[in-house]
Amino acid sequence: MSKFALKLYITGKTSKSERAINNLKNICDEELGGQYEMKVIDVLERPQLAEDEKILATPTLIKELPPPLRRIIGDLSDKEKVLLGLDLQPYIKPPQKKGGE
Amino acid sequence: MVNVDTLTDKIPTGIEGFEHITYGGLTTGKTSLVVGTSGTGKTMFAMEVLSKGVTIFNRPVVFVTLEEPSDDIKNNALKMGWDLDRYVTDKMLKVIDASPDPVPLEKTGDYDLSGLLTQIAHSVKEIKAEVVIMDSIGSLFYQFRDVGLIRREIFRIVATLKDLGVTTILTAERTQEYGPVSKHGVEEFITDNVIILRNVLEEEKCRRTIQILKMRGALHSKGEFPFTMSRTGIHIIPLSAAELKQTSSNIRVSSGNNDLDEMTGGGFFRDAIVLVSGPTGSGKTLMSATFTGAACENKEKVLLLAYEESREQLLRNAMSWGENFQNYENEELMKIICVYPEAMGLEDHLLMIRTEIEKFKPDRLVIDSVSALERIATVKNFREFVIGLTSFVKEENICSLLTSTTPRLSGGDSVTEQHISTITDIIILLRYVEINGVLRRGISVIKMRGSQHDKQIREFSIDTGGLHIAEPFKNIQNIVLGIPSQSAPSESEQLGEMFKK
Repeated sequence: MSKFALKLYITGKTSKSERAINNLKNICDEELGGQYEMKVIDVLERPQLAEDEKILATPTLIKELPPPLRRIIGDLSDKEKVLLGLDLQPYIKPPQKKGGE
Repeated sequence: MVNVDTLTDKIPTGIEGFEHITYGGLTTGKTSLVVGTSGTGKTMFAMEVLSKGVTIFNRPVVFVTLEEPSDDIKNNALKMGWDLDRYVTDKMLKVIDASPDPVPLEKTGDYDLSGLLTQIAHSVKEIKAEVVIMDSIGSLFYQFRDVGLIRREIFRIVATLKDLGVTTILTAERTQEYGPVSKHGVEEFITDNVIILRNVLEEEKCRRTIQILKMRGALHSKGEFPFTMSRTGIHIIPLSAAELKQTSSNIRVSSGNNDLDEMTGGGFFRDAIVLVSGPTGSGKTLMSATFTGAACENKEKVLLLAYEESREQLLRNAMSWGENFQNYENEELMKIICVYPEAMGLEDHLLMIRTEIEKFKPDRLVIDSVSALERIATVKNFREFVIGLTSFVKEENICSLLTSTTPRLSGGDSVTEQHISTITDIIILLRYVEINGVLRRGISVIKMRGSQHDKQIREFSIDTGGLHIAEPFKNIQNIVLGIPSQSAPSESEQLGEMFKK
């Protein structure tokens, strides 16, 4: 498995930011087996980086490696969608399943 | 004492006419929403406020582009002569590119637009911006598809900018020219100022208008004002705001014809607007030619706008009356512009006339004929044009001769007469008079502001020497009404005639 390069943009130490950081850590530990590099960037401290990366919404997770580039916004609480966004599909849903979980 | 000017601070936008209809510009530190359907000029409006703000008023601006990538914005601005890159180097402009990203977005829970807000706030502090422009906020709704959240976030951005003391301009789309103010209901919370731009198809012509729907706590002109867009930006034509403040002159200029000068009590006043009304072929063009000739002989400059004839026709016809327009043009005493009324909208005609007047600086203006322009616009639109034109030439102190073709051979009022007769200073009527089966021409000065004038209807004739005015018609009634009838000569006249023989 190739190594993941992830950047998480947050705005200040809000509960939303904390949630996103924790969710991401959990997903990475469980699914990537430590094969990742993760950077957390607070746009309040580094507004120039937000400009360069065109960060409008926070939290924003950017998967730089492996390609393709992916952007995921939100506090990453929907694990299934995060994995989809990272191009990781650890399990396949039964196709006939409909409605809520 | 309540002084409106001190109640609300306003910043000028630099858009021609905008300060006039808003009594000074946009309210400082407030939020203005500019709405319009697609293609109404919202981005143009935003770009002009940006560029004029930087170049004329030395006002740093943060521009957030939410729809077009910043490179496209810069290229488009360059076509208008606005060099955004230079403003950026001069630290007068910061462009935040928040246009939609081709990389797909996956949403995984709670988020907000703090990233954008931080970028804007940071940029405002960085260049000490006084104005923030966001074009257009509708794009945020497409990018994130979460209407409630985006509305909340726009509100938060607006509130933050207000705290920073900057003046904010937001643009937004609407779906109908006359209907809900904006598509996403943003006007409900951006409550300071709402400006509506329209582009309505009327009589097969697009007519652009701007309306200040509201300007909280500040005076502004109400209603729609026509505007036009050119290579130099937006030009608003503030018609109902035109003031009657023109000075008046006692100096007279010649009409080019001694008899007519006599009829008007010594010639036209130098700042007068003269309307020559008559049916086709009655001598209107001749009268404008003699008027032009007299001015040029006097070394005054004349701008002639012809809407009915081509340049060659005009030169030939003038030559047949002994006026050599070509010579006058060579001496730069005269400028002839021939254009079809249908070539452009009335606003563009007005703008063109104004630009030509500013460039050529004529002493006299001839429009032959103003009634030709009636056919390309609605009555309301035409009236606005005429008022806009006449108030402008009055301000510039240009003696103007406008001709108007009456709809019927016998005379009658055209739209032109109905709308401009009150604005004109002199009205000259030309009419056909049928006497014993022969058509003769009659001329009469029916109005002459500030001066005595001949009230009789005189006969006139046209030959190679031009216009000749003869004796008044006798014993003919209702010429002006177009139904001349012979009346019996009075007793004294009859007696006089008897003894002559």
